[in-house]
This record gives sequence, structure tokens and C-alpha cells, in this order.
Amino acid sequence: MLESQQTPRRFRLAVADFTTAIALRPLWVTLAWNDILHRYRRSALGPLWLTASMAISIIALGTVYSEILKLPAAELMPHVCVGLIVWAFLNSIMLDAGDLFVGSENYIKQIRLPFSLYVFRFVLSKVIIFAHDFPIYIALLLYFRIWPGAAALLAVPGFLLLVINGMMTSITLGIASARFRDIPRIIASLTQIVFLVTPIIWTPDLLGPRSYLASSNPFFHLIEMVRAPLLGSAPSTETVTMAISITIINGLIATVLFVRFRSRIAYWV
Amino acid sequence: MNLATSEPEDEAVVRLERVSVVFPIYQAGSRSLKKRVLFHGSAGRIGRDANDQVVVEALSDVSLSLMAGDRLALIGSNGAGKTTLLRTIAGIFEPVRGSVTTHGRISPMLDISLGIDAELSGFDNIRMRAQLLGLTPATIERRLPEIAEFTELGDYLEMPVRTYSAGMILRLGFAVATCVEPEILLMDESILAGDAHFIGKAAARIQNFLDRASVMVLASHNLELCSRWCSKGLWLDQGRIKDFGPIDQVIANYTQSVVG
Repeated sequence: MLESQQTPRRFRLAVADFTTAIALRPLWVTLAWNDILHRYRRSALGPLWLTASMAISIIALGTVYSEILKLPAAELMPHVCVGLIVWAFLNSIMLDAGDLFVGSENYIKQIRLPFSLYVFRFVLSKVIIFAHDFPIYIALLLYFRIWPGAAALLAVPGFLLLVINGMMTSITLGIASARFRDIPRIIASLTQIVFLVTPIIWTPDLLGPRSYLASSNPFFHLIEMVRAPLLGSAPSTETVTMAISITIINGLIATVLFVRFRSRIAYWV
Repeated sequence: MNLATSEPEDEAVVRLERVSVVFPIYQAGSRSLKKRVLFHGSAGRIGRDANDQVVVEALSDVSLSLMAGDRLALIGSNGAGKTTLLRTIAGIFEPVRGSVTTHGRISPMLDISLGIDAELSGFDNIRMRAQLLGLTPATIERRLPEIAEFTELGDYLEMPVRTYSAGMILRLGFAVATCVEPEILLMDESILAGDAHFIGKAAARIQNFLDRASVMVLASHNLELCSRWCSKGLWLDQGRIKDFGPIDQVIANYTQSVVG
């Protein structure tokens, strides 16, 4: 009885939390920017470290796997490049989301700020890091003389979808991890497996008749939303349908958790 | 609970109605519960909720209202619920029962290290912190010289905060927290660790902003400071209000109970 009375109120508070956080944009932009500056401080290469380490992984994995899989480097390398960059974005969100609220305990316990603000800050700093890796893709296009054409523009809505998913996932994982501290460890071991079973450093057509191994993998579709356009083709209808369904499910889970447990976060962290 | 709604006829700046705050304790096993129930201290009561979850009732049935100009001292032993009450007024903990209503900008000073980034310069930390307290970047730039002057840190403001002493960080934090002209200032005792000169300056500043009809709530063990700065006292024991009234009376009752 009490529960049913509380739900509309909780929902209102959750919506207010979200809209207040949007209004506080200068604050979370500054906080996210500071998170990035922290990585650069007192380092000679600064931002280039992020780009350099990603470039090295792409070149190393691309070279070795084009040998293993007997594919021309010009074909596999761009695939690996975009796949790895997008995966790095998703992976770092999943790995670090557990620390989203717990790591902000100092703020949460000292000042009342909307909880969505921490989510925006977190996702924005991940987007900025993603932007660091993007020049590698441009360099690769120039090196292999590939031109994706107008299809590349479809990567923009694709990436937007990934950002929304990133926000929803970080809300879900952030709340769940604040309550159950084992979750970040479980996620950390799962993402390694996901990386290997998802076509990132290998291509889905290598699966031959067992292509369902890729098409049943939600991560494949999410990555494909950005990878396909950047490599010059529109994502398949199946991929778009799957990606949108994943987003809706993700959104529903995050909304339910956020509405129900938002006020408990301060108690849990 | 209703945060920041405005009812013109309601003169209370801070109103708490039958507020209870209950913390779930996830580490405590059932075994240790037996000991905990038998524990009789002044800290919050430990019990179990409907789901058989170990909980600490940090605040229980707390009602109070503060008018403009009220300066309230929270006194009580460690764990009595003083900081929890401050955090509840600040809206950090949403109470499980009861309601908290506040009117006006709240400036919590519970921890001096809030938003302090040791690698940033003093100036950048002032900007950061002022933004956390709700100031717009334009207002911050306008106020910056005034805040900088109050800190008396001079050229140190150009240096990264990691080179500061705790007292210097305190000056910085205090200067920012009080520059926003808070209508409700919430302070924890740990804030007041500055040197005598600074405490004097802080007192003057608090006096100054109280003249503009605002509410201050101070949680402190320093009874002398409480009676100097505050007009009302609230004695918390086990998360319940034991006494609430003029500061001298509350301090007298509290001292009597501690000594006797």
C-alpha cells in the first residue's frame, strides 16, 4: 500500500534529479574535463599516451591476426581499428561504472547534487577519451587509402545510441555495485570473455554457417552500429533492430533501478 | 519529503517533521547482533527492520523548525546523530520516514576537502568548489578577488593545493562556502580547526552573514564555541532529541548529565 503511494513521488524525484543535472551542465563538464586533465598532469606525452597505446594495440593485433586469419591487412586492420576503439569505449564504461557512485562518496556524502550528474560526468569523460582514439582511424583511412563515403555519417546516430546505452548501463551497474560490491569483479572477468567472443579482432564471416554466434551477441550489434558506417556500409536491419531493442531494455532496467533506489545511493556508498 | 518548495506563510527556513533516518548495515552478521542489541551507548540504536536486516537508527522521530536568524548548535556525544542530522538537512540522506523542508540555498561545510583537487591550483579549486555550491562561472570570476583576499593565501593560490597545509585548505574551503551568501549554513566541527586568527575572522564572517537573516546549524563538541556562536541548542542522544531550547539551558542540562 505504502509502496504504491510512493512510486509516483519517487518517479517525480527521479525526473527532477535528471533535469536538475542537465541544468548543471557547466559543473559536470568541468568535472569530466578535470578527470581527463588528471591523466595528463605531469606527463610529457600528455593526451598522446591514450592515443599511442591504442595505436600500438591496433597495429599489433591487426598485424598478428591478419596473419593468423590469412586476411589481407588492408581488410582486417580497419575492422580491428574501429572495433577496438568502440570496444574500448564500451569496456571502460562497464569496468569503471561500478565505481561511479562509490568513487564519488566524497561528493555524495558532503553535498546534495543530483545523482545523474555523476553519470553525465562519467560518460562525458569516456566520450572525451573515445575522441582521443579517433585520429588513429583517420590515419588508417589515409594509410590504406579507404574512403567510407557518406555512409560514415550514420556512425553519428550509432554512436549516440552507444552513449545512451553507456549512460543506462552505468546507472544500472553504478547502483548495483554500490549495494553489492562483488559486481565490479564479476563484470571485470566477464568483459574479457566478451572481448574474445565478439568479432572485434576477427570478422563475423569467419564463423561461416555458425554466424548466429555473432548475431546473438548484443555487443556485436552495438559495435556494428558504429563500425559498419565508419567502414563504408550502413548497419544491417537486424543490427539496427537489435541495437534499438538493447537500448530499450537497458533503459527500462536503468529507469526502474534509478526510480526505486536513487534515494538509497547515499546510504549505500 | 518535499525539498525546496516555497510557502510564503510558512516562516520556518528549515522544518523537520518526525524525521527518521535508518542505515542498513550489510557487513554485520547475525551473530554480532546479540552483542549489538545489548549495547547501550549514546550512539544510534541498532536493531532489525521488517526484512530482518541489521539497521542503525541514526535519527529517530526528530522534529524541529528553525526561523531566519536562528543559530543552532547540535551537541551530544560521538555517534549521537549530529552529522547525520546535518546531512539530512542538507538533503543528502532522504529520510525513511518524515519530511524535511528547507527554503533557500544550502551551503554544507561538512568536510573541508570536498571537491578539493590536490593537483589544481588554489584559484582553480576555488572555482571548482564554488561551482559545486551552485555559483555560475561568471559570478565566480566576479567574486574571485574577494574570496582570494579572505583566504589570505596570497601567492599560494597559484600553487597546487597539494603544497598546502590542512589549515590553508580550511581557509580556502571556508572562504568559498561563505562567499555564496548561503541562506542555510551547515557546519561540522572538523571545519573549525584553524588558528585563532582565522577562527576570529570566521566568526566575524558568520556574524556578518547571520545579520542578513539566515540559519546556521553547527555540530560541535566545543561547548564554549557553541555558546558563543549559537542562540539555540539541540542535544541529541541515540538519534533522539533529548533537549531543545536556548543554548545556555541546553548546555547546562548536557553538562550536568555528562558530569553527573
